Amino acid sequence: MIAKVKEIIKKHGNKRENLLQILHDIQNQNQENYISEENIKTLSEEMKIPVSDIKGTASFYSMYSFVPRGKYIIRICESPPCHILGAQTIFDAVEKKLGIKEGETTKDGLFTLEETSCLGICGVAPAMMINDEAYGNLDEKRINEILEQIQEKERKQL
Amino acid sequence: MTKRSIAQILIGIDGDTVLSGARKIKTKLITELNRQGLSDQIQVIETGSIGPVNKGVVIGIYPTGEIYGNVTEKDIIEFVQERFVKGRPYKKLLLSEKLQAEIDLTDNDSRKTQYHGRIVLDNCGKINPENIEEYIGVGGYEALGRVLKEKRPEDVIQVIKDSGLKGRGGAGFPTGLKWSFAAKAKINPKYIICNADEGEPGTFKDRLIMEGDPHKVLEGMAICGYAIGANIGYIYIRGEYQLSIQRLKKAIEDAEKLGLLGKNIFGTNFDFEVKIKIGAGSYVCGEETTLLNSMEGFRGQPRFKPPFPAESGFLAKPTNVNNVETFANISPIILNGAEWFKKFGTENSPGTKVYAVLGHIKRPGVIEVPMGVTLREIIYDYAGGMSSGSLKMAQIGGTAGNILSPESLDVPLDYQSLKEVGYSLGSGAILIMNETVSIVDFIKCCMKFFVHESCGKCTPCREGTRHIYEILDRISSGKGKIEDIEILKLLGENMKDTSFCPLGQSAPNSLLNSLSLFPEEYNSLLLKE
Repeated sequence: MIAKVKEIIKKHGNKRENLLQILHDIQNQNQENYISEENIKTLSEEMKIPVSDIKGTASFYSMYSFVPRGKYIIRICESPPCHILGAQTIFDAVEKKLGIKEGETTKDGLFTLEETSCLGICGVAPAMMINDEAYGNLDEKRINEILEQIQEKERKQL
Repeated sequence: MTKRSIAQILIGIDGDTVLSGARKIKTKLITELNRQGLSDQIQVIETGSIGPVNKGVVIGIYPTGEIYGNVTEKDIIEFVQERFVKGRPYKKLLLSEKLQAEIDLTDNDSRKTQYHGRIVLDNCGKINPENIEEYIGVGGYEALGRVLKEKRPEDVIQVIKDSGLKGRGGAGFPTGLKWSFAAKAKINPKYIICNADEGEPGTFKDRLIMEGDPHKVLEGMAICGYAIGANIGYIYIRGEYQLSIQRLKKAIEDAEKLGLLGKNIFGTNFDFEVKIKIGAGSYVCGEETTLLNSMEGFRGQPRFKPPFPAESGFLAKPTNVNNVETFANISPIILNGAEWFKKFGTENSPGTKVYAVLGHIKRPGVIEVPMGVTLREIIYDYAGGMSSGSLKMAQIGGTAGNILSPESLDVPLDYQSLKEVGYSLGSGAILIMNETVSIVDFIKCCMKFFVHESCGKCTPCREGTRHIYEILDRISSGKGKIEDIEILKLLGENMKDTSFCPLGQSAPNSLLNSLSLFPEEYNSLLLKE
């Protein structure tokens, strides 16, 4: 893992201005979608930035996580345009289906539920994203279908 | 992914052509294109009168612009074969050059198609955004070529100044003037930044521009680079916009291969390189000095101005920051001239504006309309009217914007007119709401957003957003007191006056509007003592 982090730093260069991109890459190649304590230590040594400074910067941005997350990250938009078209019901539907609350991960490590600011797909509000895939015009029935499809796919792969 | 159309057949439908059998010809065209397997690449579009009279059924081809007259049903098979399968003009019916010259199909002004009057989104949906040749085919990179070969940098800035273009990111600062500041700076290197950190809830116009016509943004940036003397451009884009990032990366690679970006562009000694910086989920980074801090790898917190970015921006070098939509306006202005641009919109705010229109309307989506169009026109003409219920209010400019009641339906939407009534145009989001929306609940939702996005640098914003949210929460659960209304006003006014950056200054806009527009709704929820 240390070698991988070093490789990423080498690719972008160890200048401060590349920190955000390096953090993205570290998180993306981690199977559990997060940046570990160990990663930050390596970063600190290689980039000559104090650990506290890296943590302070990274924790400012909502896309980075410091705890392991599920294979699929469900992001539901709760911005005003989605809100008036029923985003809260979408939240309730996912919580009901998966038995997790915002910020939690399912026991099987498959799903993490997150609230997000505008996803920029308000034309089809209420909307959510699962990893890089966007889903719009949602209601409880469609949400159940989408989640069941993913569960089914994962079951087959086991 | 569906294939985009590469050409369009415009068929003029008016009294005369219908009598000459235009509709039958249209059906025949579609059948024939289908038979040749071309129907997903070539679209048949009905349009108004194309122009020539006494020429029977007239059809035009876009983007090439040639026009055919006296078309009859029995010509169609041969026509499709020659023009689209073999790819050469069908000479038999081609109108004389003189007649064709009178009707310039490729000129926006005379082209009466569904795209009439588009500047920024003109190519979106018409060209394949991942194919640079299609962009070049509709006149792409011609503006850059002309600028590099025929104009001095100061001439370019003068054209942009003359056009009256104002920044489309929300603040509406004159673009030409902004460029002239960075051009004057003596320090090198200089940087161009395209602000693509579109985070305003309800706004996704920049995403559509980047996904639909990425080269137009790159061309605008390169022209700007030449004008102010910068050789490096950055696009700071939000991390959520994966498709935009992919398209831009491909567009940059393709343009470099053809020598339209990179070293010695068009064989001149001008170099311009574009790089992409990806954000990590922070709304405040759309503010230009915050964006600079984020680009340098720090927390997204605003800087004090002055020094302005034109003097000391990215890595303390002179930097010019413009919005995606602003850059997309540049090449059309260079190609067609400042006077042409001023034909669109109003005197004080020339050009068009791209809006994302959402909420309880029949056709949510992105539209490009001339500056000065009213809210009434947007709701009832462009968005198809209310989808349910009646209009209660509209929020323009996104969550940081203003709330308008139905009484304001006829205020022209442009920088000047809105300023006169104390509002601002903002980012281009328009949210239409019917009577089912509770004002307290809605404003609470807006404020929750700001609680999350406040960067924490200054007290008025960090504390103000949280206190306002808590009071609204109390009111909406029926525990509010009469004095809470006064506290809300006080907090809101204080934030407007004393916050460090535009986030805190604009966060209470909608709250303050709603308190004066719907006082009875707040009062009805308060504790009766």
